[in-house]
Amino acid sequence: MNTKDNLPTEQDMANEPPDVVATVKGHKRLERNITLLAVATFVVVAIGGIVEIAPLFWIDNTIEEVEGMRPYTPLEQAGRNIYVREGCYSCHSQMVRPFRDEVERYGHYSLAAESMYDHPFQWGSKRTGPDLARVGGRYSDEWHVQHFVDPQAVVPESIMPSYAFLLDTDLKISDPAAMLVALSRVGVPYSDRDIDQAEADLLLQANPDLDDGDFLQRYSEAEIRDFDGQPDRLTEMDALIAYLQMLGTLIDFESAVAQEELAQEKGR
Amino acid sequence: MANRNAENREAGGKRIDAATGTETVGHEWDGIEELDTPMPRWWLWTLYLTIVWGIAYVILYPAWPLIDRATVGVLEWSSRGELAEDMRLADLETQTFREQLAAIDVVKLQDNPELLRQAIAGGRAAFQINCSQCHGSGAAGSQTLGYPNLNDDAWLWGGDLKSIHYTIEHGIRQPTENEERQSIMPPFEGVFEAAQLEALVGHVQSLGNDQASHPVGAQLYADNCASCHGPSGQGSRELGAPNLSDAIWLRGGSAAEIRAQILNPKMGVMPGWKERLDEATVKMLTAYVWSLGGGERISEDAADPAVRTDVEP
Repeated sequence: MNTKDNLPTEQDMANEPPDVVATVKGHKRLERNITLLAVATFVVVAIGGIVEIAPLFWIDNTIEEVEGMRPYTPLEQAGRNIYVREGCYSCHSQMVRPFRDEVERYGHYSLAAESMYDHPFQWGSKRTGPDLARVGGRYSDEWHVQHFVDPQAVVPESIMPSYAFLLDTDLKISDPAAMLVALSRVGVPYSDRDIDQAEADLLLQANPDLDDGDFLQRYSEAEIRDFDGQPDRLTEMDALIAYLQMLGTLIDFESAVAQEELAQEKGR
Repeated sequence: MANRNAENREAGGKRIDAATGTETVGHEWDGIEELDTPMPRWWLWTLYLTIVWGIAYVILYPAWPLIDRATVGVLEWSSRGELAEDMRLADLETQTFREQLAAIDVVKLQDNPELLRQAIAGGRAAFQINCSQCHGSGAAGSQTLGYPNLNDDAWLWGGDLKSIHYTIEHGIRQPTENEERQSIMPPFEGVFEAAQLEALVGHVQSLGNDQASHPVGAQLYADNCASCHGPSGQGSRELGAPNLSDAIWLRGGSAAEIRAQILNPKMGVMPGWKERLDEATVKMLTAYVWSLGGGERISEDAADPAVRTDVEP
């Protein structure tokens, strides 16, 4: 292959303006140097990526603060880990979209801020079962236990498998503090006291007989009770129900001001 | 460089290919050349259309991200705004009905067949979304899991429109509500000897079938249970104490199940729906549940407003 033949000849370029000559020569070099081409391609693709992704770190829609959000308690977080472990996201989403049919069925649409302490988020992309973003407080603890043990007993048309083993499986978290430390490293604002108290907090939330100390000051709206109907045991069922019962309950959407603001927003 | 068509070349190596009449690109590798076939017309027009569409989209809709939000676009569209508009239009369609429903006292529904009919229809839809998970899609509940059947005329807390409305609004045994629907049955674990317990269970079972029971059981019942469940087991709606003299059991009627309920009673809870649903929807649900078969009529003419008569709505 004789590349020399294909370069523009002096004669070709003689009548072109100097900037065109420079561009043609530059582009020829770019196309013939694989490293240069790779670098230039990366730069072009990166511009597209930056325009799409970078604004998410500063526009109001994605960083809006909402009153009421707090990090998960150790027990809720343990339940969340079980939710992830069992792959609940394969069938359940946690994202109410702003459409009338979803809002009338599930409640207020989800806000970005409601996922601010989720690592990883559980928005999901498939609804074999219903959305769970606002399932908190919708059913009793007892219903949840019955439903996990035998979903068809309460919802005959359900195809959900049984999770009865959660009721027999003791909740084993070797180091709850480490769980909180890991989350705080990715930006969840657990205080030093939260981390020190992690193990105690984990136990006391499922046992109303224990002294709750300043637990409720640190985790507002947290609910302390025996979740699985077995007061003498702390099982994975306790943790998972504690998690489900707080989903979507932290923000008060009834406040008229909030409603007005949300409906008026533009440029979202 | 060997090129038999060298005489046809224009400056730069481009030439018209004789066989196709198309210009060549001008490259030549060992005698192989490349035709510079023009883009198909349809392809070019598609490209131009996407460019025009792109520009129009940027003008009409939110597009370029700026400091705190994206450009607004002349249509000022937002997904949240669209939802608000959808909801407003949906509300408009049912406005008259909802206004009428919101304005009417829930008890008056029993004398307003037209409004009641609409409320029942709306209530049926709301029931499937909010209530069927516990009470079942046919509202038959469960006689073993503890979810009341709403089709029969056995009511724990009252079956007239007013009582049902209150129950739906406030729920059952909700920690935030400190008014009615709170009473609980104490656990009797460790209170009775084994033989006493058997006698008591036997008496409770006998309440519904008119069979004679052990006098010890009857005495224990009178001492411990009658204050809430009534001397003959008819129950109390003020306390939510179930009627023990009918054949309807919420958590099973076998001796073992009754024993378990006495020792460590399970009591149902139900969420309040006042905060979650609007007033009209709560009234629709009330009308639907009332219409299922056990609805009771409040008679205002009666001297005692507590006197209720069964109706078939």
